[in-house]
Amino acid sequence: MWEYTDKVKEHFINPKNVGEVKGADGVGNVGSLACGDALKLTIKIDKNDIITDAKFKTFGCASAIASSSVLTEMLKGMPLKEAKHITNDDIAQALGGLPKEKMHCSVMGREALEAAIADYTGAILPMAQGEVVCDCFGITDLEVIRAVKENNLRSVEEITNFTKAGGGCGKCEDTLRSLLVKTVEDLPASKEEPAKQKRMTTLQKIKKIEEVLEREIKPTLKKDGGSIELIDVDGDFVTVSLRGACSGCHSSQTTLKEYVEKKLREQVLDTLIVEEEK
Amino acid sequence: MQCNTDNVVYMDNNATTRIAPEVVDAMMPFLTDCYGNPSSMHTFGGQVGHAIEQARSSVANLLGADANEIVFTSCGTESDSTAILSALQTYPEKRHIVTTRVEHPAVKSLCENLDNLTGHKHRVTWLKVEADGTLDMEQYKESLSDDTAIVSVMWANNETGVIFPVKEMAQIAKERGILFHTDGVQAVGKIPMNLRDTKIDFLSMSGHKLHAPKGVGVLYVAKGTPFIPFLNGGHQEHGRRGGTENVASIVGLGTACDLAAANMEEENTRVRALRDKLEQGLLSSVPKSLLNGNKENRLPNTSNISFEYVEGEAILLHMNQYNICASSGSACTSGSLEPSHVLRAMGVPFTAAHGSIRFSLSTYNTEEDVDFVVEKMPAIIANLREMSPFWEE
Ligand SMILES: Cc1ncc(COP(=O)(O)O)c(C=O)c1O
Ligand code: FES
Repeated sequence: MWEYTDKVKEHFINPKNVGEVKGADGVGNVGSLACGDALKLTIKIDKNDIITDAKFKTFGCASAIASSSVLTEMLKGMPLKEAKHITNDDIAQALGGLPKEKMHCSVMGREALEAAIADYTGAILPMAQGEVVCDCFGITDLEVIRAVKENNLRSVEEITNFTKAGGGCGKCEDTLRSLLVKTVEDLPASKEEPAKQKRMTTLQKIKKIEEVLEREIKPTLKKDGGSIELIDVDGDFVTVSLRGACSGCHSSQTTLKEYVEKKLREQVLDTLIVEEEK
Repeated sequence: MQCNTDNVVYMDNNATTRIAPEVVDAMMPFLTDCYGNPSSMHTFGGQVGHAIEQARSSVANLLGADANEIVFTSCGTESDSTAILSALQTYPEKRHIVTTRVEHPAVKSLCENLDNLTGHKHRVTWLKVEADGTLDMEQYKESLSDDTAIVSVMWANNETGVIFPVKEMAQIAKERGILFHTDGVQAVGKIPMNLRDTKIDFLSMSGHKLHAPKGVGVLYVAKGTPFIPFLNGGHQEHGRRGGTENVASIVGLGTACDLAAANMEEENTRVRALRDKLEQGLLSSVPKSLLNGNKENRLPNTSNISFEYVEGEAILLHMNQYNICASSGSACTSGSLEPSHVLRAMGVPFTAAHGSIRFSLSTYNTEEDVDFVVEKMPAIIANLREMSPFWEE
């Protein structure tokens, strides 16, 4: 069971400002059903740029609901100028803190606020311009970089706690790690670096990969009526296409990650990232 | 510490159960006066050994096995590890295991980490399940090979209660000369079994799922099945598991097995009827709610229901306000960011998986419990849905 503060419990059991503001001046929609949490924030802004009303609709766990509720309380009566500076930490603080695994709920609050303000001012959110680095949760590099800087994150696990990135299939972990290293220049050598990293030329890689595909992976997939072809190798990225029974089936992603990638990492190079041809 | 059980409506019996008062009574002497070591030469200790042998007979009776096929362990997880690792050591040249995608972490994590544990590369076939959580027997048959050391398939699933045809599967494995293990932790005590009639080599069970204490388990090892111990030490358990016995808990488990055998009929009639009433009540009073798992082929006590467009942790915490205890397969409660691997393997859509609640009953549940839950749930779900941006009447 999570350790929630009384404040979280209070806002969860009796949330304030549930619903949608009529004739909202700004609407912020973040998250999705698939991700497990989502927030729609609506705000009303008067001619002096003061937020006069704020309401929310949230799908998610107790801390997502409490974060949304406390955010709307903070916003009511607040000048827009000030609201722009609300951070996820402010939201977490207002709740007396959140369990570290739940910090992404406060991040979702801040993102919805930014989206609502951008909707009002007509600005384009910088976040939306970034490049998606985590497909599972649709998180962009700019979001990750920002979370790292604002919250002093020092590990991939912390990035996952704050942004969710990396908490799904895990294939983006390497990308996240290099983003982290780039963002925090003087990061001490990460102990999470894979143990046995060898250098291989691309040609060597292709040869080894082909070998493992032929010898082990193809015969196994064949039992399920499927097959696999190597399309490209670019650095550590291995693009393949799944054919036959496994292509398009909902478990093909699992096959790819839990079986193909695992095998290739074991037998060729443990930094390989296997992707399906789009 | 004091726990108030007065107003608790406990429907989380697949997580753990209340220790039966009869079990506590049977254990007490071994927590007080009868503290001797069962291995000792003197009568004071030796008599404790008799109590263990009596418990062994009770366990064997419930399983339809012989007493000398019963090995006491520290928990279900230890039993699972012991069986699988024993088979791999028995056939060191065989490097393939067959299991399912919906196993409990006790088997799942072990199979994922076999290479590290044994120092050898292993191939694991993770059998698929259908949308209703049942297995594809054709895939099972095709997965077996001369390289297969052991098959490990749970008897009943802890999240959905779906029962697998382990008797038939063990028969098929036997014909191929492959050892068969079943994680029976959720099945034992809930459905009748007679291991004598099967080709099952190993079965794991756990005390705390059938009204005995936590921290005691059993591994059934069929007569004639090759066995290599997991814990090496003294000659306890006829050399099959070293370590001085957890006497009180073993005695408690024996009593719990006697009770389970006596209550088997009730479990499959009264408890089943309560479960069905709860399920019917919820599915009919809450719109957009659906049952996860095959309706017929299921444990009599388990019901796993998804409430679409709301999130499981939020549901559980609202239930908690009324002291109703249950579990969820949602991401937020599993400690990861993805919902239950069992529901995902069944292809339950994320919209439903995040809002899944498992109700698991026991003989201690009453009609009033069920009525109370059916009365409270619709408002809890409606309240959360009103808050959900995806919900539209
Ligand atoms: C199917 C199954 N296997 C194994 C276990 C583990 O049993 P124990 O808690 O005794 O280690 C459980 C219980 O959580 C279970 O439900
Ligand atoms: S892509 Fe990031 S966790 Fe799957």
